[in-house]
Amino acid sequence: MISGIVLYSIALVLIGVSFIKDRKRTFQALKKAFMVFKNLLPEILTIMLFIGLSLAILTPEKISVIIGEQSGVLSVIGATVIGSLALIPSFIVFPLGATLLENGAGYPQVAALVSSLMAIGVISYPLEKKMFGTTFALTRNIGALVFSIIFTIIIWVVM
Amino acid sequence: MQILKRYRWFLLLVMIFLIILGFQKSIAFDAIKITGDSLLSMLMLLPPILIFVGLLDTWISQETIMKYLGDESRFLSVILIFLLGSIAAGPLYVAFPIALLLLEKGVRTQLVVFFLGVWVVAKLPIILYETVALGLVFTVIHISLGLVFFYYLGFYIEKKVKKLPENLSIE
Repeated sequence: MISGIVLYSIALVLIGVSFIKDRKRTFQALKKAFMVFKNLLPEILTIMLFIGLSLAILTPEKISVIIGEQSGVLSVIGATVIGSLALIPSFIVFPLGATLLENGAGYPQVAALVSSLMAIGVISYPLEKKMFGTTFALTRNIGALVFSIIFTIIIWVVM
Repeated sequence: MQILKRYRWFLLLVMIFLIILGFQKSIAFDAIKITGDSLLSMLMLLPPILIFVGLLDTWISQETIMKYLGDESRFLSVILIFLLGSIAAGPLYVAFPIALLLLEKGVRTQLVVFFLGVWVVAKLPIILYETVALGLVFTVIHISLGLVFFYYLGFYIEKKVKKLPENLSIE
């Protein structure tokens, strides 16, 4: 909320400065911002509703049960799948990771969940594809999956 | 028809939501509340970011951007991209418009992929959370591996990508 107020204030000040310097350019800039917003709205609304539905069904407690109950490679795969599909804000992810550790999950499972959650975006994929094209979006997400797997293996060995 | 096609995934989710509303009222109400919360935090972040992007696009010339983020100043450009990615906060979809602006201004794809990679593993506010919750060793491995990985993934994607999709700011 506070960061939002700060961001909006900075945006308003910048619009003001830009307006004093050049009206036409300012309108151009605002029009561009609005058009991009409008063009991305279907994907963004889909992401929002998906977050709402998935977090209502798959609560952090349930994730904890799913990942905590199984052991070994299977739960690492489960954690990666949940992480790739879900869009959970970071301020929930890390406490969730800590809770998982307390409830008996291992570091590899937490590593798989945290890294895939932050780097892979299956739900934001349509948005990414629309903006950067299929090759870019697909390769980046597959790359992110490879990263998540390597990271999990390293954590498995080290911790 | 066009509108229907653009919103097809959204409408599918609305239908799933209505089905859940029929069977599990409490889950449906939770979903409404969480969706509302995420909409609110999206509206706190995305519009001002898009305004920054729009203003940068009209006021900062390609030459200026390329002076700092071009190949002639390779070391500086990597440092600046790292700073840009790490001071920011917010989910990945907020980084997309910034990344797109960089590409449109001529910044090479490798650096843009690196920017998204930094955003994904090394945002400053997140690092603190991560260290407190999961420990220093975990966090250091996560960040350093991520930075190296996405730096080199950038070169690979740059080789594969031919051109950008159509401009998003036109109707």
